[in-house]
Amino acid sequence: MDLSLIIALDVVNGASSLFLLCLGLAIIFGMMKIINLAHGEFVMLGAYATVISANAGLNIWIAMLVVAPLSVGLVGLVIERCLIRFLYGRLVDSMLATWGLSLCLIGLVTTIFGNTINGVPTPLGGFQLGAYRSSWYTIFLLAMAVLMMALVYGVLRFTRFGLVARAVMLNPGMAATLGVNPAKVYMATFGIGAAVTGLAGGLLAPVSGITPVMGTAFVAKCFITVVGGGAAIISGTLSAAGLFGFVNQLGAFLTTPVYGEVILFLSAILLIRLLPQGISGRFFKGTL
Amino acid sequence: MALSRRDLLRTAAAVPLSTLAMPALLRSARGETPILVGSLHDQSGPIAASGTPMVESLKLGIAEVNAAGGLLGRPLQLVHYDTQSNIQMYSQYAQQLAVRDKVAVVHGGITSASREAIRPTFNRFRVLYFYNVLYEGGVCDRNTFCTGTTPAQTVEKLVPYAMTKGAKPAKKVYIIAADYNYGQITAKWMQKYVKDQGGETVAVDFFPLDVTNFGPTISKIQSVKPDLLLSALVGGNHTAFYRQWTSAGMKDQIPIASTTFGLVNEPTTLNAAESDGILGAYGYFEELTTPASTAYVAKLKKQSPGIPYISELAAGTYEGFYLWVEGVKKAGSIDRMAVTEALETGLSFDGPTGKVTVDHATHHVTRNAYLAAVKDRKWAVRETYPDAKPQDTAAVCNLIKNPRDNKQYEISI
Repeated sequence: MDLSLIIALDVVNGASSLFLLCLGLAIIFGMMKIINLAHGEFVMLGAYATVISANAGLNIWIAMLVVAPLSVGLVGLVIERCLIRFLYGRLVDSMLATWGLSLCLIGLVTTIFGNTINGVPTPLGGFQLGAYRSSWYTIFLLAMAVLMMALVYGVLRFTRFGLVARAVMLNPGMAATLGVNPAKVYMATFGIGAAVTGLAGGLLAPVSGITPVMGTAFVAKCFITVVGGGAAIISGTLSAAGLFGFVNQLGAFLTTPVYGEVILFLSAILLIRLLPQGISGRFFKGTL
Repeated sequence: MALSRRDLLRTAAAVPLSTLAMPALLRSARGETPILVGSLHDQSGPIAASGTPMVESLKLGIAEVNAAGGLLGRPLQLVHYDTQSNIQMYSQYAQQLAVRDKVAVVHGGITSASREAIRPTFNRFRVLYFYNVLYEGGVCDRNTFCTGTTPAQTVEKLVPYAMTKGAKPAKKVYIIAADYNYGQITAKWMQKYVKDQGGETVAVDFFPLDVTNFGPTISKIQSVKPDLLLSALVGGNHTAFYRQWTSAGMKDQIPIASTTFGLVNEPTTLNAAESDGILGAYGYFEELTTPASTAYVAKLKKQSPGIPYISELAAGTYEGFYLWVEGVKKAGSIDRMAVTEALETGLSFDGPTGKVTVDHATHHVTRNAYLAAVKDRKWAVRETYPDAKPQDTAAVCNLIKNPRDNKQYEISI
């Protein structure tokens, strides 16, 4: 009984961290069709922002929840203005440019902060569940995932900005004739996507080893999840993150971590074969 | 002044060309042609934190030899290539060192995979090769000298210590290791020593280097309830394990001993609660307080103030380099066979780790091993094992009898 509860917790933890990691990518890729190969580096920047401000004496919660998204969001805005805005509608070029950007960011962070492992201790501590122990931070990650989901849904569904953003993504020409400046909307969306990714980096900082190259461990999984999820940002990402997180964690527990990864990738291939439009292309059509 | 595009291109081309001509200038200035020492170490990418102190050690050694008047009356010059944590770069630069630069010796390779990528190249082109890293053991090759520790020198000491000196004697052991040849083979050695000690290995788990979420493993370990956890996890992503382990409150429940923890800078990254009490055994610790060790650390820190943790890898590189210097001195030449034969007479060098002696039969070294525990984010050395021999490799490799042998034995346990 305790064991199944603890495994359920692992699965939920895997799914919620995957969801947090993917949300920013889903916003950028899903709404703007920009393949951001520097996504992993945005995560890394968020983690660095957290570690550096926390080690400089800032409260860890402020470092994670405020500093990380704000700083990465700003970086995202600068990058959008200098690089991405020339690449809308040029899928292959955007891949090449953001890949270069990812190498550049890795190099920059290595030069400034060195190539060693950084980190901050995990706050909150652990709790006992029968004969097993787990950490409160797992629960906190789950809460954050739910909160972020609600936040993004609320903004897209109920605010004027959300409406305008969705309109621009659907048909930029028509939106422009109605008096919206698509360039500004793109810029804001990219900045928000970057900020959400930075937040994920900040949230994962206390449970990761932070190096300039840590982003590469995430980027493949994130893309698979976003592509597997399909066009709908929230329902797609949520269902894919839930499915892949479940498959990966349970696979890792029942077999070995190696097979956990293998099973994850196999199920992703199967999913894309059966549902080429992603989960939301089939089941949650028309949702957000 | 108006700078046209062509002018700019021309100037831009002239700068690297003149830098290329630098060695020639240097040569005429010193009067003697320098002896070239090749170096292949990762300075960027995931393994850079290990590679950087190794290159600094080589630079230090070369500067010291040059300050003392050079070798055989000739100055030494480093030819270093950053292999970027990329095996393909290793193969490419190894060819370059052998064919274009024609170096006298190569020190390099960090992971076992990189070593096996370049070792055949140096055999083919007859360039003497030193691999100065702790590894899984078994390389048997007359052209190669392995100066790092092997499992018989460290794991053999670590496992019994961890099993007997803990709060309670350990019977059930759980092994977690990185999923490539180092982790796989080291895990086998761990199982052997656990069995020799009368214990039982309850499970062995391997992790690809990009695994970051250890939740399922931590639950699995709890469900098996071992008395001791042995770790051969490698790299930045795997550091997350110790963090997640502590945040689940497992830190004080089950002790950890590791053959890799601390090779980069884990003790300074993790806080005291996460790392206190973790055991490790290596050929060297920066915290070692012998005069030779403190002098070496002081010199390196003066040369490169921001240097990452100085581990066995750096000290081994320094000693490997000096063993080669001793070999050249004894041979009176930089000729590959002459130096090899000189080294095979059992040359030794007193380095930061203590006395290091070349073993003819295996081309490995007899060196001191140390066992330490993390305390307040530093290693506190607890035990010294003088003159540990590379017995694992000695069991399968005899270059006195079979000098033409050239392979890595997988030692069956």
